[in-house]
Parts: sequence; C-alpha cells; structure tokens
Amino acid sequence: MKYDLEPTLPAPSSTTGVIGWMRRNLFSNATNSIATLIIGYFLVTLLGPALQWAFIDSDWFGDSPAACTSGGACWAFITYRMDQFMYGFYPETEYWRINITFLIFAVAIIWLVTDKTPYKGYVSIFVLFIYPVIAFYLLYGGSFGLEVIETHKWGGLSLTLVLAIIGIVAAMPFGILLALGRRSNMPIVKAFSVIYIEFWRGVPLITVLFMASVMLPLFVPEEITFDKLLRALIGIILFQSAYMAEVIRGGLQAIPKGQYEAADSLGLSYWKSMSFIILPQALKMMIPGIVNTFIALFKDTSLVLIIGLFDILAIVQAANSDSAWLGFSTEGYIFVAFVFWVFCFGMSRYSQNLEKRLQTGHNTR
Amino acid sequence: MSTPDRSNKENSATQSSSGSFWNDPDKRSLVFQVLLVLGLAAVFLYIINNTLTNLEQRGITTGFAFLDVEAGFGILQSLIPYTETDSYGRTFLVGLLNTILVSVLGIIAATFLGFFLGVGRLSKNWLISKVCTVYIEIFRNIPLLLQIFFWYYAVLRTLPSPRQSIEFLGSFLNIRGLYMPELVGTGGFNVVWIAFFAGLVATWLMKRWADKRHDDTGQEFPTLYAGLGLILGLPFIVFLIMGMPLTVEHPELKGFNFVGGMVLIPELMALWFALTIYTAAFIAEIVRGGILSVPGGQLEAASALGLPRGKTLRFIILPQALRVIIPPLTSQYLNLTKNSSLATAIGYPDLVSVFAGTTLNQTGQAIEVIFMTMAVYLTLSILTSIFMNWYNSRKALIER
Repeated sequence: MKYDLEPTLPAPSSTTGVIGWMRRNLFSNATNSIATLIIGYFLVTLLGPALQWAFIDSDWFGDSPAACTSGGACWAFITYRMDQFMYGFYPETEYWRINITFLIFAVAIIWLVTDKTPYKGYVSIFVLFIYPVIAFYLLYGGSFGLEVIETHKWGGLSLTLVLAIIGIVAAMPFGILLALGRRSNMPIVKAFSVIYIEFWRGVPLITVLFMASVMLPLFVPEEITFDKLLRALIGIILFQSAYMAEVIRGGLQAIPKGQYEAADSLGLSYWKSMSFIILPQALKMMIPGIVNTFIALFKDTSLVLIIGLFDILAIVQAANSDSAWLGFSTEGYIFVAFVFWVFCFGMSRYSQNLEKRLQTGHNTR
Repeated sequence: MSTPDRSNKENSATQSSSGSFWNDPDKRSLVFQVLLVLGLAAVFLYIINNTLTNLEQRGITTGFAFLDVEAGFGILQSLIPYTETDSYGRTFLVGLLNTILVSVLGIIAATFLGFFLGVGRLSKNWLISKVCTVYIEIFRNIPLLLQIFFWYYAVLRTLPSPRQSIEFLGSFLNIRGLYMPELVGTGGFNVVWIAFFAGLVATWLMKRWADKRHDDTGQEFPTLYAGLGLILGLPFIVFLIMGMPLTVEHPELKGFNFVGGMVLIPELMALWFALTIYTAAFIAEIVRGGILSVPGGQLEAASALGLPRGKTLRFIILPQALRVIIPPLTSQYLNLTKNSSLATAIGYPDLVSVFAGTTLNQTGQAIEVIFMTMAVYLTLSILTSIFMNWYNSRKALIER
C-alpha cells in the first residue's frame, strides 16, 4: 500500500512558458492566428528596412552631404546643425546663458516632482517669482554686464521651451481668476468669464496668432511697439488662459461642497477661503490636467512658425531648404518628431502616474 | 486685459471690511460689477480709439465694402466656379467650402480609423493591441503641423513628375496630385438621386413602423436588410431602368499634365492624411474609454439572458458606450475642424489661408477679415455645443 501523494505533474508544456503565452495571446483561435500572421508579416517587412535605413546603413557625422555614403539615413545633417537646432541664431559664445537658464529650471522641476524633497514651498516660490527675473536677464541680457541678445536671434528648441513655459506659467493666474469668475454669483462677472473662455476656446490658435501679429499693433498708440516674440506670447497667453480656466474649474468642482460650507462657517472671507481652503486642495488635483494642457500647448508652439518665429520645427524646415543639404527632409522631420515625442510622452506618463497617486478619496463616490 | 479691475476688487474688499456698507454682500457685489463694467468699457474705448487713429494714419478704410471688390488672385482648388475677376466676398466662400471639405473628409476617415484602433487596443490578441498602443502613443505626441509637413514635403513633394506617374487601378499619382477616373452622370441620372433620397425617407418611415410594432407585439422585423434594400437596391433598379446613365471619365496625359477625371491636390492629401492620423489617435482613446466604461455586470447580464454576441454588442454595449463616447467625440470633430486651419502652412486654400491670408494681405483690412474668420469658427463651436447639450439631455441616464 502506498500512502504518500504522488508528486504533482507539471502543467502541460503547451500552457506554460513561451509556447503557452503565444497560444493564449497570439493564436487563441483561427481568426486571431490569421490576424497575427498578417500583422507579423507586415511588421517584419516594414520594420526591417526601416531599422536598416535608420541605424545600420546610416552616417552620423560629417560636415557635408558627401559624408553620407552608406545609402541609409544621413544623420550628419542633424548632428552638423545640432547647435542651431537647439539654440537658433543665438551667438555661440553666449550659449552658456541658455544652458544655465534651463539647467536651473530642470533642477527646480526635478526637485518639485521628486517625492520627499524638503522645502518644496520655497522652491515653488522661487520658480514662480524669482526665476522668471533671473531667466529674463540671462536670456535677454542688458544688465549685470551681459550683452543684449535681441529676441529675433532666439530660436530652436530653446525658443520652443521659452514659449511653452512662459505661456503656461503666465496663463495660470488669469486662468484661476477666470475659473473663479465663472463660478461666481455675480451675473456680470460670470457672463464676462463665460464669454471670454468660450470665445478663445472656440477659435483656432492660428487665428489668435494672426490676430496678435496683425491686430495687436493697431490696438495700442503708435509709439508702443511689440517685438514679434512678445506678440506671439500675448496671443498664446490669452488663448491658454481660457483652457487653463476650464481645467481649474474642473478641479474646483471636484471639491466637496462641505469644504466651501466649512470655510464659510469659520467666517473666512471669499478670498481667504479660496486661497487657504479651496485652491490648495483643488490645485493638487488639477496637476494632471495642467500637465495635459501643457502637453497640448507644447505641441501647439510649433504654430509660431506661421508668424515668422524660428522654433525647432521652423528652423529644421529652413535647414531642409538649404541648397547644400537638399533631400534630407525626412531625417529632419524624424529628428523634430523624436524631440517632441520624448517631451510629450514623458510628461503624459508623469501625469498618468500622478493621477493614480492623487486618488486621495475626493473622486470616489 | 482684466487684471486692473480685478485687483481693485480685492483691495476694496480687504480695506473696508469694517464698514457696514461693505459687509452687505449684495451691495458689495454690485460695486464690484459696476467697477468691472467700467474697467472693461475703458479698455474697449481705449482700444477702439487707438485702432481708429491708427487706421486713419495708415489710410485704411473700415467697413465691409471691400467684399465687393475684385479679388484678382487665383485659388488652387475651388468647389464653386471661381475666377480671378470674382470678388473678395467670393474668396471667403471658396475658402469656407474648402475648410468644410477637408474637415468632412477628415472626420469620416478619422472616425473609422479611430474606432478600429480603439477596439484593437482592447483586443485579446497581444500583437494587435500592442500595434494599436504604439500607434496611439506615437501619433498623439507629435505636433500636427510636423505631421502635415512630413506628408507634404517629405512624401508627396518627392513623387515623380506627371510623365513618370505611379499608375494603379486607372489612377495616376504624381507630384501634382492623385488623378482618378471620375463617374459622370449623363441625362436621367438625377432620377437615381431622387430614388436614393426616396429610399432614405422610406427607411426612416419603416424603422418607425417596425419599432412601434416591436413595442406593441414583440415581433421583430429585419429593418437592417430591408433598409439596405431600399437605400441601395431602389436606386440601382432605377439606374438599370434608366439605361445606366453613367460614363467613366479617365484622366489622360496631355502635354505636361493630366486632363480629365477627378484630382486630389497634394495639399489636400497631406492635410487630410495628417488630420486623420492625428485625430484618430485621440478618437481611439475615447472609444477605448467608452467601451471600458460599460460595467462587466452588463455583459454577464446579457449572457444570462441568452443574448448572442452580436446582439449583446448592438443592444447592450454600444448604446451604453456611445453615451460616454459621443460628447468627447464631437469635441474632437470640432478640434479637427479648427486644426484644419493649419492648411495655411502648406498652402491648401482653406478659409484661413485664402481669406485671413491672401485677402487680408491685399486689402489690409485686418479687423474685418479676422473678425469674419473667427466668427465662422465660433459659430461652428457654438453649434457643436448646442448639439452636445441636446444629445446629453436626450441620452442622459433617467434614474428613478
């Protein structure tokens, strides 16, 4: 007689390991198998040559198209002009100013988004109030012995970042006021906010930029002139504050009514209850939404090329028509697409993570 | 624009919290609003005053009289007859129609592609779902303008000249565009159109009758097949009776270019592809969200009732998913229409490119032109939000 249990047999090999995974996920039935094979075939036939073109047969360095002899992608076109794509027509000896400006910004932002770093409050005050002044003097100059660099020399990725960051930061206070106005009990304030928000949200950014560049000079006395960058920024801020207001309104609506009532019952004035009770809670929940509008704005900054500013797309577009380097527009566009993609995808991943972490119980019903 | 008035409000609120007048919220809000109105009026008067002075100094007349002046420039593509001797008013119309054309084409294509990708991302097949995910994550994170440039400058502008056209299915693709055979209806073809619309009306009436009978008696009627028969079959029979009044016009190479047939200019193709590919990525996410929003219990309930798969999809999942999908979908359609204004970057003659571009530059009447252009987009967005409110009120869950 045998009283011990037989050792358990392993699961059939067709349900475990690679084969099991493939049977479950790729070949679960006839239709799926056919679909897998067709798509797999296309992927192999398309991706193979694409990889060959981009990496195996490519040339990375050189100072003329003659350096591209391998028959694949000519990345030399990009690397040769990398400085221009990053800094525009900024004088080469002054590149350090742009580097320092964005280095400070990057450090501050990393400080703010990392968990458990101390003094977050001070850092955010620095970013919002002190940093813009430092950045202005570093980038534009005109003081502290720094040479003035006119804005028409700015360009490339640094201009894209300047437009997007100033656009979002400056639109923030207007957005908060408009969102509060839209939820206000005062009919005229409410009507003004609604009309403002719906107007700017209803028109394409390109008409706003056209308006800023053609109509803005007509609106002010002739003595006052705006340079092109400032005009574009005004247009972007007017436009962006409407989108910002809607994000903030969403955050305000998510705050339970009890919080408003509690603030009222403590006898806090409207502005005190907003700035100490409601906005601190609401702003935290709005961060994902703000990041998403920032991504949209970041992509939209490429539109400034239509009014003649040289952001990264415009500068690559100009390089494409350089007669010494004709025929490399595909490489140029892939490079710009890659730069935008890295920024946008990174930010959207961050905002998704944040959304998951910020579930502090407000949204659950 | 509105900062000064707003900071005034704040100051007056904090300064005078002791006075009894300021402690009355009604009076206080009245004062704020009067200040806001005064502030806004001052800003607007200042702007209008400056504008009028500036315009006078530059010798630009105001008003809409320029709309009747001869335009004197050609337009690449026009859906209505247009020549250089037509007025600026007509350029507005041509541009508007071109905007509508590319938007409608884009909306149709993006909806199909988007639904396909959205469902594909939820597929149990690992390869399909990964391919769809990669597509979505790539194309929605790249600026639309860049995609338009890519299709236009890197793809369509590098096609061969008309003599070396790529030929397929009787169509010719070259640097000037895609030349396709065109179906031209000859005498009596209008009757076919009448039959088509009659079929539509008849299907609608039949659907109402079938629904009513279903409600009353529970008997089902094959509305789908009968409807298809009415909408497609009826015109086809009429078409045969009329003696097939249709000829095919083939494009032919004459001199340096093709003549005859239908042509898609490369500007339209580039814009259409880019808008479709970009918007489809967003629509796919909306569709996915909509399908995921249907609780799993609904599926289980449907199979407990013994509904087959097709009916579960048609009567249980889709109606509930569409309620979530439609509102953001309409706003994507609106975005696509607004984004079509990027046409100006590659010279597709849309409203912004023709009217806010060429016409504005020739007449110098910035205020009127920009105002009219913005008004078009605003009207579209107001119509969209009216539709959305109507749809929401019709489809909102009625809870007991």
